[in-house]
Amino acid sequence: MELRTLESVPGMSLFAVTTFVVFHFALNRNSVEGDLAAGILWVTLLFAAILGVNRLFVADAEEGGFDAFLLAPVDRSAMFLAKALTLLAYLVVLELVAVPAFALLLLGAPLGPALGGMILTLALGDVGVAVIGTLVAALAVQTRARDLLGPLLALPLLVPIVIGGARALAPLLVQAHRAAPAARWLLTLGLYDLVFGLIAYAVFDFLLED
Amino acid sequence: MASRPVTYGRGLRTLSICTVVAMAVALGLVFFYAPLEAEQGFLQKIFYVHVPLAIVALCGFVLGGLLAIQHLRTREARWDYRSYVVIHMSLIFAVGTLITGSIWAKGSWGHWWVWSEPTLVSFLIVFLLYATYQPLRFAIEDPERQARYASVFAITAGAFVPLNFIAVRLSTAYLHPRVLGSTSNLPSSMALTFLVCVIAIALLFATLCKYELTAKHTRAQVRALRRRLAGEPAQSITRPRSAAPTLQPVASVPARATGRSAL
Repeated sequence: MELRTLESVPGMSLFAVTTFVVFHFALNRNSVEGDLAAGILWVTLLFAAILGVNRLFVADAEEGGFDAFLLAPVDRSAMFLAKALTLLAYLVVLELVAVPAFALLLLGAPLGPALGGMILTLALGDVGVAVIGTLVAALAVQTRARDLLGPLLALPLLVPIVIGGARALAPLLVQAHRAAPAARWLLTLGLYDLVFGLIAYAVFDFLLED
Repeated sequence: MASRPVTYGRGLRTLSICTVVAMAVALGLVFFYAPLEAEQGFLQKIFYVHVPLAIVALCGFVLGGLLAIQHLRTREARWDYRSYVVIHMSLIFAVGTLITGSIWAKGSWGHWWVWSEPTLVSFLIVFLLYATYQPLRFAIEDPERQARYASVFAITAGAFVPLNFIAVRLSTAYLHPRVLGSTSNLPSSMALTFLVCVIAIALLFATLCKYELTAKHTRAQVRALRRRLAGEPAQSITRPRSAAPTLQPVASVPARATGRSAL
């Protein structure tokens, strides 16, 4: 569906790049590193992701995709998996654009040696964002003020991911004394993904019942 | 129908009396029994209000999640409004916690807000999450769907509470000595006072929840009776514009939802 309409992903990517420009002026610096770089990258990715989350179920709700899906002889959890994977794909594409742009525009440290750890951290974070985003999107889409409620619900739930993600990335993005991300942050991210994956999988059925 | 024994609100008086007694004992212990703390002096007394409030609010959030699980399993509306009342009350207690916490922080650390204290920060995040509970309910019109979605939210958020505390605690270096870390390092008189305070606040929580439930039941009952007096069917298709789940009256005429309410 997204391939045909091409609605969310270009918007998300553009948003991310624009946000880097905004950060440049808001912070009034030409390059960032360390804590600050990790924070900016995560905040930008998060808000861009929320744009995607807001759009995730809108087409289904408006065009009757939910009804069609309920008529189809498949397990309801398939919907959750499909949507979470879709969102995950959005996020990967978003990062393919946003991370090089970040390195080009703002990052003061070289990206090359950090790439391995960065991919691992971002991947773990993305899984969490995809799971929580899908759950929240499904919760919010049937409400009257969905564009408002989605982010309001999603942001507090995503705070632990920002904590884990930013802490894991920070030591990678410094100029000197580069260090690998601490294992406990990656572990935190992984556990959080796992727990929320299970919760979302368990409760998602109840959101699709009519 | 009207002579049917009233099943709600039973034990409310006993519970209320217990609460009043417990609160009185707790306050008495706080002011006359517990010793003044050496460093903070009288200010430390707020500990006996703040920490129990926080504990009860957090337990209330988790309890709301458990009740919501029960609702999704049984599909009975009563579990949903129990969950609603518990979360609603926890939210109020949480506001109390944030305010007393701020006062304490100002008094003992000199700032209204301290980012390096993980308990404070995670409590704020939990509070922000639950602050969206009522808007979420409010934004869904169909009552059955509203109950279902609210339950899904309550379960997710209930599981989020402990996870969030772990994540935030990990993220913060222990800069401050933890006054409220455990009760084991308190002198026994303080620990006893603290325990009584927790019980008193928990009783207060239970009483307030029960009052709210009883009030809801009574209102539904009165509305149904008034409608019957006016010679109309007991249920109405008009719904109050409210985030709170509406109750079916206990002694209602089942499912003839055709008339409009006179109210």
